[in-house]
Amino acid sequence: MSPFMFNSVAAVLLIPLGASVLLAVLPGYRLTAKLNVLATFLTLAAALSLFFTGRPKPGTYFLVDDLNIVFIVLSTFVGFTTSVFSANYIAHELETGRLTPVYLRFYHAMYQALMFAMNLALLANNIGLMWVAVETATLTTVLMVGIYRTHAALEAAWKYFILGSVGIALALFGTILVYMAAKPVVGEGTDAMVWTVLIKNAAAFDPALLNVAFVFLLLGYGTKVGLVPLHAWLPDAHAEGPTPISAVLSGLLLNVALYAVLRFKLVLAANPEALAPGPLMVTLGLVSLVFAAFMLYRRRDIKRMFAYSSIEHMGIIVFAFGMGGVLANFAGLLHMVMHSLAKSAIFFAVGHITQVKGTQKMADIGGLTETHPWLGWGLVAGVVAIAGLPPLGIFTSEFLVVSSSFAREPLLAVAVVFGLLVAFGCLLLRLNGIAFGEPRGSTAPAQASYAPMYAHLALVLAAGLYLPPPLVAWFLYIAGLLG
Amino acid sequence: MTGLVFDIAHLLAGCLVLVSFLMLYQDRLYALLNIFALHALVLALSVAWQALIQDAPHLYVTATIALLFKAIIIPVALHRIIQRLGIHRQIETVVGIGPTMLAGMGLVALAMVVMLRVATDVNVLAREDLAFALAVVLLGLLLMVTRRNAVGQVVGFMSLENGLVLAATGAKGMPLVVEISVAFSILIAFIVIGIFLFRIRERFDTVDVHVLDSYRGEQG
Repeated sequence: MSPFMFNSVAAVLLIPLGASVLLAVLPGYRLTAKLNVLATFLTLAAALSLFFTGRPKPGTYFLVDDLNIVFIVLSTFVGFTTSVFSANYIAHELETGRLTPVYLRFYHAMYQALMFAMNLALLANNIGLMWVAVETATLTTVLMVGIYRTHAALEAAWKYFILGSVGIALALFGTILVYMAAKPVVGEGTDAMVWTVLIKNAAAFDPALLNVAFVFLLLGYGTKVGLVPLHAWLPDAHAEGPTPISAVLSGLLLNVALYAVLRFKLVLAANPEALAPGPLMVTLGLVSLVFAAFMLYRRRDIKRMFAYSSIEHMGIIVFAFGMGGVLANFAGLLHMVMHSLAKSAIFFAVGHITQVKGTQKMADIGGLTETHPWLGWGLVAGVVAIAGLPPLGIFTSEFLVVSSSFAREPLLAVAVVFGLLVAFGCLLLRLNGIAFGEPRGSTAPAQASYAPMYAHLALVLAAGLYLPPPLVAWFLYIAGLLG
Repeated sequence: MTGLVFDIAHLLAGCLVLVSFLMLYQDRLYALLNIFALHALVLALSVAWQALIQDAPHLYVTATIALLFKAIIIPVALHRIIQRLGIHRQIETVVGIGPTMLAGMGLVALAMVVMLRVATDVNVLAREDLAFALAVVLLGLLLMVTRRNAVGQVVGFMSLENGLVLAATGAKGMPLVVEISVAFSILIAFIVIGIFLFRIRERFDTVDVHVLDSYRGEQG
């Protein structure tokens, strides 16, 4: 292990941590917003360097492997583009007085702390450390969701706090049970919480104990994924917090929780006598998909609508991973990446739109493609992508999910298609009212940063048109690892 | 495992479940807080006993945190918050005491059935500890869902967390126990500060979560 290899892991963690401290003390929003962008860019660079420097050996606490590197690169990339969007967004929030400079400082510090916690959770090789990191990520987002301190924002933060806490409490119980299962085989102490050790010895674990542990872990981390019926916090948290946070929540934090579930799924899969985790995940995924698809119909608040859309898509992803097999895993992985990119692009557009219109109510927003063509068409492209129309990337991944499950479980595939169609109809119905027709609401020009939004959309489009063979090979390899 | 050592560990864990039951039927906030302080005290004793019999000095840190933070500081702080908010009269429970107690018994039975049957490989003490811990966790959840009041919910959450600490200390040689209990204490401190801040910011007229539910962002 050369010293440089260790450095890129350390950099991914230490840059956001250091930036968090720095941004907490520095005054002046212009400077700190730029620093925020710089810090996330450096983190992204450090994450990309993980590809080139070779990987450190899995240690007691940290691990870099093919699975988590996808998550890390995705999360640092979206973290970077969101910080660009956020710099523009908060300038407007300061002008309108919704945020004060002091709160802004706090906001930036928390943003970096969240990046740190997510990277820590993704890099952790120790299931205890992973739990602590997910808890920290929850705390930082709770604080940011409540930052406007309106009634609704505080209620959303409170709800998120209580439900999130119960979720991570259940996850901890599951973690303890995994340790108990590992202890007789691996021996006491830290080794029995190291993931790479667990997976190697999982075949000898007590299957009954592992089963119970997985149920707790799935419910616990599943709360953070936003799976129905544990999703109640998600729409409120997305609707009431600052929009950059909605983008990060949907695009990244849900993935981090999903990643934790996947890690434990692998441990279970390595034990031949333990219950198959697939059916549980398939059920939760399908329920989330169909429920959220119907919930989309009656939304009046634009951010809440896209929050439900996130639940729907997390449902699809969990369904795909639950089905298992190389093709379904590949589809799930691709869908996760595409959803992160498309959904954060939508939230970038929605953030600017709500700032221009001064409201989140869809009834007061209309005719955007006429009054604000860049924002309006950006939103149209985003919604078309998220609804799963060709030629965008989400069509590819959804098609793969459906076709891979048709081959094995036709009835389940029918249910998936049904959910997708309902969601598709609801989204386009709402989009029609927002983007086309008579202009409603303020027509003031938007001071928006279009670059992050269109960069994401371009990536989604590119993935729909042409997936480079090395990327496909890489994802297929990971899909194979996921079993 | 000699008889007396085992019996005392058993006794303390059983007491924790019993105190959880006591909390279920309290309809006054002050009484609920006092019982919670007792809960934390029993937990501290139980953890200290585990530290002694496992010869694991770091667990004394967890026991001290439980004693100082959860048995003294948090109840006192919540006491003062309740006083300030003037909500000491009673707790609005969602369901009556009778059904709650029956549900509680059902949950304890569930915890016993699940854990005792599952963890056959683990040694007896750890297994029964886990069963008790799961019972405390489930009772904590029940306490949370049967309260409308935010303070009541927090107390429910803390009792749930006590169950987790019991499970973690019962798992012999588990690393990061101290770190996890510190992380939880920070979480709880945040919640308590949160309740407090809501009030001094004068944003909420009430900490009754039921009233908060009316702010949906969906009306109109």
